[in-house]
Amino acid sequence: MTTAVNLAYLVASVLFILGMKRLSSPSTARAGNRLSAVGMLVAVAATLLKGGILAPWAIVAGVALGGAIGALLATRVQMTAMPEMVAALNGFGGGASALVAVAEVVRYLDAQDEGLAGAAFARHGLEPLGLVTVVTVLLSVLIGAVTFSGSFVAFGKLNGRISGKPLAFPGIRTLTVFLAVASLAAAAYPLAALGDSRFDAGPLWLAVCVLAALALALGVLLVLPIGGADMPVVVSLLNSYSGLAAASTGFVLGNYALIVTGALVGASGIILTRIMCEAMNRSLVHVLLGGFGGGGAGVAVAAGDAAGRTVRETTVEDAAVLLGYADRVVIVPGYGLAVAQAQHAVRELGDLLQARGAAVSYAIHPVAGRMPGHMNVLLAEANVPYDHLHEMEEINDQFERTDVALVIGANDVVNPAARSDPSSPIYGMPVLNVDQARNVIVMKRSMASGYAGVENELFHLPNNQMLFGDARRSLERLVSEVKGL
Amino acid sequence: MFVTLLTVFVLASFVGFEVISKVPATLHTPLMSGSNAISGITVVGALAVAGMVDSPWARWLGFLALVLATVNVVGGYLVTDRMLRMFRAREPARPGSSGER
Repeated sequence: MTTAVNLAYLVASVLFILGMKRLSSPSTARAGNRLSAVGMLVAVAATLLKGGILAPWAIVAGVALGGAIGALLATRVQMTAMPEMVAALNGFGGGASALVAVAEVVRYLDAQDEGLAGAAFARHGLEPLGLVTVVTVLLSVLIGAVTFSGSFVAFGKLNGRISGKPLAFPGIRTLTVFLAVASLAAAAYPLAALGDSRFDAGPLWLAVCVLAALALALGVLLVLPIGGADMPVVVSLLNSYSGLAAASTGFVLGNYALIVTGALVGASGIILTRIMCEAMNRSLVHVLLGGFGGGGAGVAVAAGDAAGRTVRETTVEDAAVLLGYADRVVIVPGYGLAVAQAQHAVRELGDLLQARGAAVSYAIHPVAGRMPGHMNVLLAEANVPYDHLHEMEEINDQFERTDVALVIGANDVVNPAARSDPSSPIYGMPVLNVDQARNVIVMKRSMASGYAGVENELFHLPNNQMLFGDARRSLERLVSEVKGL
Repeated sequence: MFVTLLTVFVLASFVGFEVISKVPATLHTPLMSGSNAISGITVVGALAVAGMVDSPWARWLGFLALVLATVNVVGGYLVTDRMLRMFRAREPARPGSSGER
């Protein structure tokens, strides 16, 4: 029986891997996702068939409740709110893993209550409590709980319920370190007790309770000081944690399906985290310590620096003329596009310019938006064909031949100071070279500086014009102006 | 037993790195939500653990884990499918005809 179940898990794992392989192209991706869902079905069915499992009514109720919540979330969520959705899902995954590990400890306690531990364990199908079980239970609880609370703080920051600014209070670092050390101490306690009485689950239970509380607090403290624009890194990292939590729960249960999929998800999250960090030219440690956006001094210097220089403001009418007669237009979307829900308006403008004979393409910086691929999903929702979207390396040398670069709600990712000014805090970060285009139109709500609190050199260049206002309204007005040309 | 599990974990990580580094940037959001759905595999663990206990405490913990993991699985797959449905290649109509559909 166990062999059959494990074989089913193997089939499920293969389906997950094949599903992920098909994500290598947008044309096969949807089929891949379905393949992976079939794999999940196989794994769940095999587990249920194993028998002797949860009262049937509880299974039906649990799956119905969870399924209804999941389906509701998935169909209701707006594409602009996808980062929040992913953060919440990460949280649920981490929470579930931690709960499974805790429930496993309760099983040990139960068996122990029946008296003669060794025999009772065997009757319940439990291994004697050994080093591996203890360590992996503790790891599951730690990673799972940190993922759970961290993800919901990230969720709050992404949907604006918690300020997107890096939040910190004096001593937050000390408190974080203190909690981390306390967690280690809590984890060490059952390990030390393990030698005395091999079958006593009491110390483990106590440690799990203390560790869960500490880890929940730790998750909050780790994400609070991280600012909004660093969220792509945080969301990727939490994604990786939710995988690792599943994998460590797999070690607790000796379950291959959990281990394989946990490893896959963990790898995926780590790859994305690395890509995001490279795109910002910052180390993971630097991001996690919340380096940017809090420094008053840097902002003040930048503001004083800008005082003597001018910014050219343009009108919708002038911008429409510039765009209407351009041959090559590159559109650079940023987080502002998502905030203004302007993806449909920008598509309309792009189509219109294309119908007038212009070549229109979109340049996507890896960290534009609040999560990896955020802009791509928004533009896909607005029906922009994905082969019109270009990655940074692909399009950067084309700006020289571009008539108009239209920057919508992006700031730090188009700042030429990252290339030229070694004293700039963002020096070395790869940026889109929009300043090399013949004309640049920056659509922005105000002159406020970007996330990094750095003055943008681009705004003061002679080939740059600012179009102030809400991106969606401005784009809609641009469309009607261009139509009238 | 532990070494076997560890071997599986390490090898699966390598497979993961190989497969996922080929996913293009444009699909990174669906990759995250899709891998989220997969990490709902904890549902298997929740089913296994909760079914084997007599104590009401552990059964409730298992039930809660089952709900959370199912949210993850169902929500993850559905939202990924919703996103992937939107990704379209260039439509055959080239400039010259009317750009509007």
